[in-house]
Amino acid sequence: MEINILTFGHITDITSKAEFRISEVKDTDELRIKLSELFSAIRSIKYSIAVNKKVIQSNTVLTNDDTVALLPPFSGG
Amino acid sequence: MNPKLFYQRYGRQILLKQFGEAAQLKLLNSRVLVIGAGGLGCPALQYLAAAGVGTIGIIDYDVVDISNLQRQILFATDDIGKSKAETASKKLRALNPGIEIQAFDLKLDNQNAFKIISEYEIVIDGTDNFSTRYLVNDACVLLDKPLIYGAVLRFEGQVGVFNYAERRTGVKTNYRDLFPKAPDANSVLSCNEAGVLGVVPGIIGTMQAAEAIKIITGTGEVLCNAIVSYNVLTNTFHKFTISESNQSKSLIPKSESEFLNFDYDWFCGIRKLENEISVEEFDELISKEKIRVIDVREKKELHLASEFTFEQIPMSEFEENISALDSTDTIVLICQTGNRSLKAVEIIKEKIKACKAFSLTGGIEAWRKHHLKV
Repeated sequence: MEINILTFGHITDITSKAEFRISEVKDTDELRIKLSELFSAIRSIKYSIAVNKKVIQSNTVLTNDDTVALLPPFSGG
Repeated sequence: MNPKLFYQRYGRQILLKQFGEAAQLKLLNSRVLVIGAGGLGCPALQYLAAAGVGTIGIIDYDVVDISNLQRQILFATDDIGKSKAETASKKLRALNPGIEIQAFDLKLDNQNAFKIISEYEIVIDGTDNFSTRYLVNDACVLLDKPLIYGAVLRFEGQVGVFNYAERRTGVKTNYRDLFPKAPDANSVLSCNEAGVLGVVPGIIGTMQAAEAIKIITGTGEVLCNAIVSYNVLTNTFHKFTISESNQSKSLIPKSESEFLNFDYDWFCGIRKLENEISVEEFDELISKEKIRVIDVREKKELHLASEFTFEQIPMSEFEENISALDSTDTIVLICQTGNRSLKAVEIIKEKIKACKAFSLTGGIEAWRKHHLKV
């Protein structure tokens, strides 16, 4: 199983690409753990997750080809 | 307004079939508050004034700096050093003398927010920090005002409408449904540190003005229960929908009095850590080192600490009496809850540069609570 990841804000600096694929994660909690393993700097960042364009509030099961967006808050004005 | 001038000035939008004279009159009777006359606020204000929003409030406590001019398009080089709120008002009055501009040259905080926000129908968030964003969000939820959110960083921006009931479902979401808790102050970047391309707040601020116009006139689909994220480099727009969360409900102050007592700076991790010590650190210092403990409470207040020795320099006569302090001493200042003592540390550090002075976080109340537990 593979999912698409879209990154925003300063998360893109950490992953160094705004779009990539990740395999073998069954839900968003597992995804967070996997991202922390792949990119240690992401551990210090709070971010929200949207699965298929919907911001989720709790752990969500992922299916093949889902698109997951990683949304860090930013406050510039 | 003179009918001929009315049609001349607003004719291009009155001509629009979905808009017309009725929508124009709604704009002229509306009241919009723009918080922050910066990168987002400037374009939003310009379009709202040009469109004929009848009453526009502007809050900003800052003055124009040369580094603002790359994106804060209401200001000119001659305005450097002048009040943003006042300067913006002057420019907007020149643009449209037929509307009322109300300038607030002050910092919005939880003590003044209710009074100011309640005077307006719609709020536009053009602030540049999390502390004010959460404060404005919570105030708008409690006062039931639509809040048009915008935020920018580097080449990206976000826009969305909070606390606005979707026509079909009646659902209202807010900033805390998207980001329940503030990030640590040191884990996020501001535009001052990370930079921003000037056109990005220009685009996002203009989108905020567009949403305000749509809400007021009832034209089109309002961007509620969603945010749009825009990237200028890739020309991409992503829309994400937001749903209500129980966590968000539990985090927002329940009443005006809870709101007045909510410490938004603390919530957003803005603690003057270098000036503060915890109860545990305080106890360790007492046991190991020779320190001077100074209680800054007034003499008529209760002084119940018998567990350690302390001196009294009440806050009301603090400045006159600190010349007696030596810069080689380690000083811990205490008060009831830790607010006055933090202020006292700032005063000491201003007067005695190398002084090692700390405020006890949470004050004597926190210290006592801690010792009741252990």
